[in-house]
Amino acid sequence: MDVRRTLERAALAAALPLALAVAAPPAVAQTTLRVVMHSDLKIVDPIWTTAYITRNHGYMIYDTLFATDASGKVQPQMVDRWTVSPDGLVYTMTLRDGLLWHDGAPVTAEDCVASIRRWGAKDATGQKLMTFVKDLQVVDAKTFRINLSSPTGLVLGGLGKPSSAAPFMMPKRVAATDPNTQITDFTGSGPFVFRKDEWKPGDRAVYAKFDRYRPRSEPPSGMAGGKVVKVDRVEWRVIADQQTAVNALIAGEIDYIEQPAHDLMPIVKRDSNLKLLDTNPLGNQYAFRFNSTAKPFDNPKVKQALLYAFNQEDFLKAVIGDAAYYKTCKAMFVCGTPLETTRGMDGLLESNFVKARELLREAGYDGTPIVLMHSTDLQVLTNLAPVAKSLMERAGLKVDMQSMDWQSVVARRAKKDPPSAGGWHAFLTSWVSADVLTPVMTAFLNSSCDKALFGWPCDAEMEKLRDQFARETDPAKQKAIAEAVQLRWAQNPGHIPLGQWYQPAAMRRNVEGVVSAPVTVFWNVTKG
Amino acid sequence: MPGFLARRLLATIPVMAIVAVLVFSMLRLTPGDPASIIAGAAATSADIAGIRDKLGLDRPIVEQFAIWIGNLLRGDLGESFFFKKTVASLVADRLEPTLALATLTMLWSIAVAVPLGVVAAYRQGTWVDRVVMGFSVLGFSVPVFVIGYVLIYVFAIELSWLPVQGYQALREGFWGFLQRLILPSLTLSVIYIALIARITRTSVLEVLGEDYIRTARAKGLPRSTVLMRHALRNAAVPIVTVIGIGAALLIGGVVVTESVFSIPGLGRLTVDAVLARDYPTVQAVILLFSLVYVLLNLLVDVLYTFLDPRIRY
Repeated sequence: MDVRRTLERAALAAALPLALAVAAPPAVAQTTLRVVMHSDLKIVDPIWTTAYITRNHGYMIYDTLFATDASGKVQPQMVDRWTVSPDGLVYTMTLRDGLLWHDGAPVTAEDCVASIRRWGAKDATGQKLMTFVKDLQVVDAKTFRINLSSPTGLVLGGLGKPSSAAPFMMPKRVAATDPNTQITDFTGSGPFVFRKDEWKPGDRAVYAKFDRYRPRSEPPSGMAGGKVVKVDRVEWRVIADQQTAVNALIAGEIDYIEQPAHDLMPIVKRDSNLKLLDTNPLGNQYAFRFNSTAKPFDNPKVKQALLYAFNQEDFLKAVIGDAAYYKTCKAMFVCGTPLETTRGMDGLLESNFVKARELLREAGYDGTPIVLMHSTDLQVLTNLAPVAKSLMERAGLKVDMQSMDWQSVVARRAKKDPPSAGGWHAFLTSWVSADVLTPVMTAFLNSSCDKALFGWPCDAEMEKLRDQFARETDPAKQKAIAEAVQLRWAQNPGHIPLGQWYQPAAMRRNVEGVVSAPVTVFWNVTKG
Repeated sequence: MPGFLARRLLATIPVMAIVAVLVFSMLRLTPGDPASIIAGAAATSADIAGIRDKLGLDRPIVEQFAIWIGNLLRGDLGESFFFKKTVASLVADRLEPTLALATLTMLWSIAVAVPLGVVAAYRQGTWVDRVVMGFSVLGFSVPVFVIGYVLIYVFAIELSWLPVQGYQALREGFWGFLQRLILPSLTLSVIYIALIARITRTSVLEVLGEDYIRTARAKGLPRSTVLMRHALRNAAVPIVTVIGIGAALLIGGVVVTESVFSIPGLGRLTVDAVLARDYPTVQAVILLFSLVYVLLNLLVDVLYTFLDPRIRY
């Protein structure tokens, strides 16, 4: 029959491409590590933005003068040797031999001085450090001095700080760019070279091994140690859909997923070719942020009421679920760190609603609805606000939870308008723990009123303590100040830490040597 | 016809102008601030204000609109807030995957749906007809992403015949190009096969009752000739209309499919740009989509004159 024959021909024509395509061979080199990062790389200036994906890009292609090792100690990285004058006012630093920019030019002290200046103009820790710096002086091609007006513990701590915004070293011509303008020249001296010609936003960013990089001789430890690159290329592939990313990992099309969704981890665990590895032992910390300028949160007693009303377990269980990936931790500066302390935390974060209601009564809370911003599109944040709403209501607060996408939260949190006119009272977020290790690094502790981060807490006593911490160089005394900070914070909190959570990476079993560090890095990684 | 074409092309100007005003105002009315997004989590109000100033977002809306329209008229779509690349180059990079996906989808859809619809009409009331119509209902009912995941599971994970995701440009090799498009185009074509098959069946059924079909059969023409030359050709106008509408709707359909199969096309660019409030990119892509929509409609109108000589403009 003619119709049948026509249909047969059509079916054959349709099936032909399928058959041809099935026969096609794969074409990926063995030493290309294909990874899916937590986000697409959009901005490529790690000083200009504090976005974590840009920070990760920074660690790929730039190097730092110092770096924090796995035990939290600051170790030299580009610096070979350094001295501090007896009065603690002059730091002299000499660069290692053989450091080169990706264009082949040697790294000089002049480059480093210019880079410190640009970072110091932009980053909060850098800005604080620069208030102590009298001048930066180039001694010779490889040596420079930092002359201080008064001693501070921020020199090594700041230059070696992990996470964002780390003081990445750039050539002088690049570092001369206005800190509020994005750089366009991506020449670094780090272990990988950014292949700008292969960068396709929304698809992939490509990094090639920098063959002339000279790693330190020490083994890798945290962000410090030898950055020995053991693959030819690293490709950051953009796969926005988490299920597709896991499917691609199972099929061997990619090698590594930086942040697989917690609810997909059972699929990874079931596959014998895959493994989960927690590469960031400090994890992340959830936080509830107050708008301290908006009534009733301008009253410390109302904020204290929430310290009593909340408990961390409810939040962590609602979002992460599996207890293997979270830990309650009342220490503001993260559990398992040198500044870990529970001073001032007795009775707090235990859902004591009687005490919370008592504090609200004392504060004269008049039933003003609390505008709570609820982010709906980021899985690791979505369930936080409903838990907060429930606990706040049980304490006697009225809550107006407004749902929106994360970018709307980001835009709205910068507004100082009254909550009833497009402003806000509170929202929830998460920090990489490495960003909240000290009173100076913890951005939410900045209590300098209008100059503080969104929420704008105003507390002269807190600022005095933070300044003392910045000036202190003795670790024991720093710890005592950190305890004082936590005690003061409990009196007038600008935010509430809601526990630590962990984000294992998923990878194929032939991927080895992944470094445990607060930032995902790809030196030392092999692909068998 | 030339006069008709000229009139229709001129009519696209006010349409595009209205789209331009709408897209610009709606983006500004949407909550969100690209400067806050760019600045990152630890940025202060001063940082955000600095970025807003650099991007020109602190200027009055009317001034921003005037600058954008002025640049647009000179052929300059602007620069992405995030990528520091021209929007034109971003769109150009993403055009090929979307065009390839849309073309292959339409090819599958037409190649499968038209014969199915004709056979269903010819075999009206039989099991063949019921199977085709059943498939059609299924095609309309099942969400695109569910079809995508099922196809991935079967063909990529279980059988390992095809890749899970990704895109390879045509210049990098035809097989790799085709391999990565088969599952997404099949996924996307299901709903169009359902739509076109249903319309084809209805149109052909209508025509099969006409006198000239009876005459053709009486002349002793083979059934295939009656069906293809006489029935299908006379039923073509509604079918082409649906294909034209389908091609335009495809632009929206690719958004989900490109996300599920991780294809870096215009659909993904649109979603990413909307989420990031990358105003210049969103404006350019919406304008482009609108233009394609208008031109596809024009093309369908022109095709009518070839399919039905009675239609003249």
